[in-house]
Amino acid sequence: MARLSLDHVTKSFANFEAVKDVSIDVADGEFLAVLGPSGCGKTTLLRLVAGFEKVTSGEIRIGSDVVSSSVGSVAPEKRRVGIVFQNYALWPHMTVAENIGYSLKVAKLDKTVARQKVEDALALVNLQGLGQRRPANLSGGQRQRVALARCLVAAPSLVLFDEPLANLDVHLRASMEDEFAAFHKRTGTTIVYITHDQAEAMSLADRIAVMDHGRVAQLATPRELYHEPANEMVASFVSQGILLPADVLTGEDGGHCKVRALGTELVVRCRPGERPRAGAKICCRSADLDVSPHGPGFDGLVKRVIYQGGAARIEFTPAAGPDLTLHFEQPDPVTLESGAQARLRIRSGWLIPVGTAS
Amino acid sequence: MPTRVRESRGQEMVLTAAVAVVIVLLSLLPMLRLIKEIVAPGGTLSTVAIAAGLRSPATWIATWHTLVVGIGGTLLAVLSGTLVAVLVSLTDIRGRSALVLCYVMPLMIAPQVTALAWLQLFGPASPFLKLFGAAPPLGTKNPLYSTSGIILLLGIQYGPLVFLLVRAGLRKLPRELVEAARAGGAGWFPVLVTIVLPLMTPSIMAAAALAFVSCVGNFGIPAFLGIPANYLVLPTLIYQKLAGGGPAVLGETAFLSALIGVIAMAGILAQEVMSRRRDYRISSTSLPAEPYELGRWRPIVQACMWLLIVLVLFLPLFGLVLTSLVPGYGIALTAKTVTLDNYRFVLFEHDAANRAFFNSFWLSIAAAFFAVVVAVPVGYLIAWGRQRWVRLLNLAVELPYALPGVVLAIASLLLFLRPIPLTGIQLYNTVWIILYAYLARFLVLALRPTISGYHQIDRALEEAAQVAGAGLFTRMRTIIFPLVAPAAIAGGLLIFMTALSELTVSALLWSSGSETIGVVMFSFEQGGDSNYAAAMSVITVAVTFVLMLVTNLLAPYLPSGVLPWRD
Repeated sequence: MARLSLDHVTKSFANFEAVKDVSIDVADGEFLAVLGPSGCGKTTLLRLVAGFEKVTSGEIRIGSDVVSSSVGSVAPEKRRVGIVFQNYALWPHMTVAENIGYSLKVAKLDKTVARQKVEDALALVNLQGLGQRRPANLSGGQRQRVALARCLVAAPSLVLFDEPLANLDVHLRASMEDEFAAFHKRTGTTIVYITHDQAEAMSLADRIAVMDHGRVAQLATPRELYHEPANEMVASFVSQGILLPADVLTGEDGGHCKVRALGTELVVRCRPGERPRAGAKICCRSADLDVSPHGPGFDGLVKRVIYQGGAARIEFTPAAGPDLTLHFEQPDPVTLESGAQARLRIRSGWLIPVGTAS
Repeated sequence: MPTRVRESRGQEMVLTAAVAVVIVLLSLLPMLRLIKEIVAPGGTLSTVAIAAGLRSPATWIATWHTLVVGIGGTLLAVLSGTLVAVLVSLTDIRGRSALVLCYVMPLMIAPQVTALAWLQLFGPASPFLKLFGAAPPLGTKNPLYSTSGIILLLGIQYGPLVFLLVRAGLRKLPRELVEAARAGGAGWFPVLVTIVLPLMTPSIMAAAALAFVSCVGNFGIPAFLGIPANYLVLPTLIYQKLAGGGPAVLGETAFLSALIGVIAMAGILAQEVMSRRRDYRISSTSLPAEPYELGRWRPIVQACMWLLIVLVLFLPLFGLVLTSLVPGYGIALTAKTVTLDNYRFVLFEHDAANRAFFNSFWLSIAAAFFAVVVAVPVGYLIAWGRQRWVRLLNLAVELPYALPGVVLAIASLLLFLRPIPLTGIQLYNTVWIILYAYLARFLVLALRPTISGYHQIDRALEEAAQVAGAGLFTRMRTIIFPLVAPAAIAGGLLIFMTALSELTVSALLWSSGSETIGVVMFSFEQGGDSNYAAAMSVITVAVTFVLMLVTNLLAPYLPSGVLPWRD
C-alpha cells in the first residue's frame, strides 16, 4: 500500500499536450476514480503512473520514491503497480493459473508458496477449480476476475484499473462493481480507477478527479462533485447538470445568496465570500425543478415527454431563454404533454464560483 | 534515483546494442562494401564502373528481362496464391489439409528442381511424353525455354508463398467483422471484396513484395530455362560474367547486382506505401468465420483445385522421377531400361555430391536456427521500439536484408576476397563465406512474418508482464517469444527448406570442397547429365517431404499455425 502523488505533471506528444499540469494526491488506501470524456487524457495519465510513458515535466511519486520526473523514469516492472487492463490482456498461451502466478514466477518465489498464493487468489475472485483452463475458454466476467486475481497476487502498492468494465454487459457490470468495492475493502489497496462512466465512478470512488482536455477540472468527493461543481464543465458533465445564466443579487450569507435567473429571484447555495455580480451561472439538477402551475416561477414550452416507467422525462424550453433546454422528471401521474405551456419553479441550485470556468 | 533509472534500462540497451552489431555485420558492412566498389573502385571516387555498366547493351537487355519476368511472376503468384487462400480458408471445401499440403509443396522444392522437373516433362527427351510416344523429335526446342515459360514457373514457385501469408492473415480475421457485414445485407462476394480483401491488404502486399523480390532475384529458373535460350536476366548475366572472368570482373558484377537491388527496393517501397495508407490492424481476437457453403459448386471447385495440384505438383515430380530412372539422355523408360544407377552414383560414387549433401544440411540448420533467434528481438525493436534512431536503422537495414541473394553473394565476395584484417582469417574459398551469406540472406524470411506477428499482438500483453515485474529478457522469453513463435518458427522452417537446395548464393560462392546440393545439381545439368541432376532432385524432394511429415508428428506440441502446410 502506498500513496501516490502527481506533482504538476505534464505530458506532451509531438505537438499535443495530453496531460497538462496535473497535481493529484491519492492517500494510502484511497479509491480514486479518474473520470472524463474520451480524449480527456485519462488513459495517458494511467500510462504515466504505470511508467509506460515518460513525463515531460513534473514529478510522480509512489510512496516516498520518485518514479517519474523529467530526469528519468523507473521502469514499469520496478514500480510494483498492478493494472487491470480494459481488454484483460490475459496471455493466451498460459493457463489461468500460469497467468495469475506469472509475477510470482518472475520474482522467483518458491514454487509451493507460489501455488498456494495462486489458489488463494483464485478463491478470492471465486474461480476455484478453473486454474487449468485457458483464457480463451472463459466468459468475459471470468476473464475480468482472472485479470483481477493476476494483479492482486503480487500485492502491488497501487492498482490501476483501465476502464475495466467497458467490455462487459450491464448485469455483469453491476456485479463486478460490487466485487471491486469488496476487493478494495478487503485489501485496502490504493486504487486509481479510470472510467468514462459516472455511475461507476460515483458508486466506487472515495474521490473523483474529473478530467477535461488534459487538465483536472475538479478533484472532490462524489457528493461534492454533484452538489458543488467547481466549474461549468463539471456542472454540465456530472449527472447532466443544467446551467442557467444568472445575476447574483446579494452577498453570501450562511452559505446561500439570492440570484435572478430566468426572470425570477431565487436563493441558491454558494461558496463563502461570494459578492453580487452579473453574468454568473447557476447549476440546477433535474431534482431541483418542479411544476408550479400557480405559484412563483417562469413559463415555457414543453418540448418532449418521454415516459420511462413510473415517471416521465420532460424537456422544457423557458420563454425567457429560448436557447435553453431544461429537463426534469415528473412522477406518475404525468400531466404534461409535449407542445403544452407550463410553469416551473427552481427550488434550489448552486452558484458556479467565479474564475474557475473551464 | 538516476541509478535506478539507468539500471532499469540496462537490458534494453544490451538488446539494442546486440541487434545493432548483428545488423552492422550482416547488412550494413556488405552493403557499404558493395557501394564502395561501385562509386570508388580501387579506392578513389570515380564513375568509371557506373559508366561502363550503363554503356553495355547487355545491362539494359537483362534489366528489361528481369522486370518482365519479375512483374509477370509476381502477378501470377499473387493471383493464384490469394485465390487458393480464399477458397481454402473461407469456403467449406473438403480435403483441406491435403490441399494445403500439396499446394505448399512447390515452395519447399528449390527453383532449379522445379525448372528441371518441368523441363523433363515437356522436352524432346521427356521420358513422360515417350510413355505415350508423344515426345517431339530430338532437336525440337523445349517450349519452356522462353519468357512465358520463366514467368509460369516463377508464378508456380511463389504462389504458395503468397498463399501462406494471406492464409495466415485470413486465420486471424475475426468472424464478427464478416458477420457484421453479412448482417448489413452484404452477400458472400461483396463481403469478400469490401471486408475480407481490404483487411488482407497488409498480408497481400507483404506477400506481393516478397514474391517480387524472390522473382527478381531468382537464379535457378532463369538459369535452367533462360540460359539455353540466351534469355538473360540480371542474376544469370552476373553468373555468366563471374564464371567467365573470375574475381577480375567483380567490379562490373557489383554494378549489376546493385541494379537488382534497386529494382527489389522499388518493390518493397511500393508495398510500404500501400500498407501505410490505412490502419489495417485487427485488434480483437475471435473464432474464424463460418465457412461459406459452396453448395452445388463444391464438387466443381474441388475438382478444379485438384487439377491445379496435379498440374503444378504431381506431373512435374512424376516427370522428374522418370528421368532419374532412365540410364541416359533421350532413352525411353521401359522395363528393360529402368535403373537405380543414377542414385547409386550421386549417393556413393561422386565425391562432390557426397560433400554437398553434408554441407547443405548443416548450413541450412544453422541459418534457420540463427534466423529464428535473431528475428524475435529484431522484430521487437522494429515493431515496438520507440527510439527514433532504431526506426532509422531499420530503414537502413530492412532493404539490404530483403535484397536478392545475388547482391549479397557479390557483396560477400568483395568483403572476404582478402583475409579479414587483424585476424588474417580467410573466408574466401571456404564454406564459411556461404554460411555468412545464408545468415544475412535468409533472416528476412523469418523477420517479415515475425514483424507482422508483432503487429497483430495487443501490446497490453507485454505491458501486463511488465507491471508484473518482468524485465525485458524475461518478457522476451516467457511472453513475447511464445506469442510470436508461430510466425518466427514458421519462418525458420521455410528457411531450412529453402536453404537445403539453395543455388543462387552458393553458385557464386562455392569452391572445391564447399559444394552445396544446388551447385552440384546445376553442374550436372549444365554438363548434360540431367539424369544425375534429377536423381539428386528426387532425393532432396524426398528428404524435404519426409521432414515435413516428421515435423507433423511434433505438431501437437507446437502452437498452432507454426507449420505452414498444416491446417
